[in-house]
Amino acid sequence: MVRFINLTLAGITSGVVFAAVALALVLIWRSTRIVNFAQGGMLMFTTFLAWSVIDRGGSYWLALGVALASGLVLGAVIERVAVRPVENKPPLNAVIVTLGLFVLLQASAGMIWGDTPHSYPPAFTIKGLSVGGTRLLLSPFDLFVIGAVAAVMMLLTLLFVRTDLGLRLRASAFAPEIARLQGVRVGRMLTLGWALAALVGSLAGVLIAPSVFVGPAQFDSMLVFGFTAAVIGGLDSPAGAVVGGLLLGCALSYVSGYVSSDLVTFGALAALITVLMIRPSGLFTASTGRRV
Amino acid sequence: MLEVKGLTVHYGAVRALGGVDLSVDEGSVTAVLGANGAGKTTLLRTVSGLLKPRAGSVELDGRELTRLPVEDIVRLGVAHVPQSGGVITELTVEENLRLGGLWRRDRAALTRRVAEMYELFPPLAERRARTAATLSGGERQMLALARALTGGPRLLLVDEPSLGLAPRVVAQLMAVLRRLCDEDGRTVLLVEQNARSALSVADRAVVLDLGAVVAAEAAATLAADDRLRHAYLGF
Amino acid sequence: MGTVLNVLRRSTLARHTAAALAAIVALYFLTTAVGPYRDLQIAQAAYLTCAVAGLTVLTGLGGQISLGHGAFMAVGAYTAVLVIGHWGWPLAAVLAAAAGVTAVAGVVVGAVAARLHGPYLAGATLAFAVGLPGLANYKPLTDELGGQNGLTLVPPIPPAGLGETFPLERWQSWIACLGAVITLFLLGNLVRGRFGRTLRASRDDEIAAALSGVRVARLRITATVVSAAAAGLGGGLLAVVATLAAPGAFPLTLSLQLIAAIIIGGLGSLPGAVWGALILVYVPTWASDLSTSSGFSHNIASNLPLAIYGLVLIVVTLAFPRGLQGGLRDIGGAVRRRARKRRDPAPGPRASTSGPTTTHPGGADEATPDQAGARPDDRGDAGGRGERLRR
Repeated sequence: MVRFINLTLAGITSGVVFAAVALALVLIWRSTRIVNFAQGGMLMFTTFLAWSVIDRGGSYWLALGVALASGLVLGAVIERVAVRPVENKPPLNAVIVTLGLFVLLQASAGMIWGDTPHSYPPAFTIKGLSVGGTRLLLSPFDLFVIGAVAAVMMLLTLLFVRTDLGLRLRASAFAPEIARLQGVRVGRMLTLGWALAALVGSLAGVLIAPSVFVGPAQFDSMLVFGFTAAVIGGLDSPAGAVVGGLLLGCALSYVSGYVSSDLVTFGALAALITVLMIRPSGLFTASTGRRV
Repeated sequence: MLEVKGLTVHYGAVRALGGVDLSVDEGSVTAVLGANGAGKTTLLRTVSGLLKPRAGSVELDGRELTRLPVEDIVRLGVAHVPQSGGVITELTVEENLRLGGLWRRDRAALTRRVAEMYELFPPLAERRARTAATLSGGERQMLALARALTGGPRLLLVDEPSLGLAPRVVAQLMAVLRRLCDEDGRTVLLVEQNARSALSVADRAVVLDLGAVVAAEAAATLAADDRLRHAYLGF
Repeated sequence: MGTVLNVLRRSTLARHTAAALAAIVALYFLTTAVGPYRDLQIAQAAYLTCAVAGLTVLTGLGGQISLGHGAFMAVGAYTAVLVIGHWGWPLAAVLAAAAGVTAVAGVVVGAVAARLHGPYLAGATLAFAVGLPGLANYKPLTDELGGQNGLTLVPPIPPAGLGETFPLERWQSWIACLGAVITLFLLGNLVRGRFGRTLRASRDDEIAAALSGVRVARLRITATVVSAAAAGLGGGLLAVVATLAAPGAFPLTLSLQLIAAIIIGGLGSLPGAVWGALILVYVPTWASDLSTSSGFSHNIASNLPLAIYGLVLIVVTLAFPRGLQGGLRDIGGAVRRRARKRRDPAPGPRASTSGPTTTHPGGADEATPDQAGARPDDRGDAGGRGERLRR
């Protein structure tokens, strides 16, 4: 029983990180109908930037700030330069451009920082908390991870639901032409949407870095996990992305704990295929209609 | 106020408008009539900047519009109510309304205008927190019109407001358009297939056929011209 | 002589056979003329050609993207090593087994993939590419699969008849080249026939194809199986050439390099697949030469090829949505058209032979008369249609 609880706790911690990556994918899919396959590369790159801040003696918090800020900029630049020309083109063009970005980012990181993975410090101790003499698989750092993702999601929700900027962002995502007819500068909103998505992704990168290490190919599986979580949630729904992330986190934690930690990525593949076969539109969407 | 000259628009190789001339006087209701595929919607979409013409010009008070992006044309006081309203069903009624006036900086004025719209269209006030998906067809058309008005436009482009609505609702909508013109001094360019109801409120009317203007008359004259009515308007 | 030309013109099979024989002769002279290092590179280009050609059929002609062909290569490579290790079959049987087992994997993947489109298909196959090689580390399988270090393979011994000093690399490159020629020959005949036509039709308009009696789902599965078998053979050849099968040899970037190769090759032409594979081998060599001569660090040298592929993917998609070869062919077509106009103002008799290959409804961008009449019997419409891949 303690083992089950522990695995669930570990699952929730990794699940919120998956949820953040999934959210980054969903925000972009919702507004541009593009799955950003470069997301794994983008968060890898920003985490490397954070790592080099720490490597030069900067504080954890400065590094986190650098990661978030560079995510914001990277997202905006990528949308403007590489993605804008393939919006409203056949979907495969966007797939290939984002894959090209992914490869380019990975190669650039390898050129700058080398291919050997580096360790990344956690913000707080990763020693599990004790409750009544039992050590839990939940450390102060895990609590920080959960809290940080929750805080960012809360802020994003407030931005989207409570502000006029959020209204413009949502209108641009739901109905770009109608939004333009109301005077909304949809192009800017798309850039901003990519920037925000990349910000969430870069947060996920820094939070998961202590456990996966920082290297050009270390975050490949994060893209798979994030995509799977997003598909579980229906790819269209931010709330679904969060639920999908938590479900996937727990499921993979059980696989890792009860079967083998080497099967985690394979488990994500199995989960993805199962969801795509049973409910291609995700487990949490009411909308029907062919999108797969 | 609005001068359209020699407007030619193509969809790929297909010509939708071929040299259309049109002029709309300030403070009037002008109806654009014609059958399906005559180019009415294309005309409106070109005026509001959604389509770029191959040739010709659209001038608003002497200012060329065809090279401006949609967002800037909106800022000149042109509001376009697209076919079947184009309300954003995922947003609430209130959000839809605010969206129409967001481009103006003055937030207090925006809130005031939204309140005015609720007075003008009471059914919307009751549903302000619901998503637009829950509205009926007539209510959506109402919301679309109200949303256009929160921006305080000088020129209102309305595309087939009668589509799929009960005759009584259509009559109400037409009366509202007339009032906007008479009481607020707004200019209305109304595209309609339902010629009879459009002519009942219009000052002038233009008949399009296969992308060309075949008649431009005072509305009363046109309504009295049996030959034109039979040939192009079907009543 | 005249009759030979006539036969070649009329019979696709005869033409392909002649081309294959010519290729074998040319490769024989090429491989014997160069040293072991070049031989090894030729071998690499040959096994990559198998995988790229397989992907060309699936993605270029079938319109189904696969980011998982690196994983198919892994299946083929492991199969080859295991079969040799356990049963010591002759090499031809080993390679056939590599293709066969991968084809079976292709049935499974194809059955799933046939129901997916666009980004979903890309994401699922990407998960396949990332997830599958990890299986080698799974404890119960590590004894069998060798874990992170992989499995080594005893290099094939050149037949005694070739002499004692015959270099191993040349023998490996002969094996790989023969595999590539056979793959191209088989795929070439396949795509010229009914299979290729229906595949292109279903790519261009799935619904129209289904309405005219094509079983699209089954066709897609078949395409995946064929494509997987080619990639599996490529993987098996890789194992024979590298004498190793290890998870590190099949990273996600391998799959993405294969995608880059088909894009460079013009998305959908088998000759283009050869170009793509050659570039995958040539660019790293060029990058390391450049780094040595300009004193770049190891990090830059080893990542430069990947950076180039990434840039190529982006730039080609943005600038030439039809792929480089398609772009070159457009220019070539314009030149030919001009030449023909000067020579022969009346439409040539060839224009009427384009019948079965013009299966593109609504392709106003490419259904120019000169395209249809250019050389329909030569290249068909196999080539350069990035913008056709709608799903």
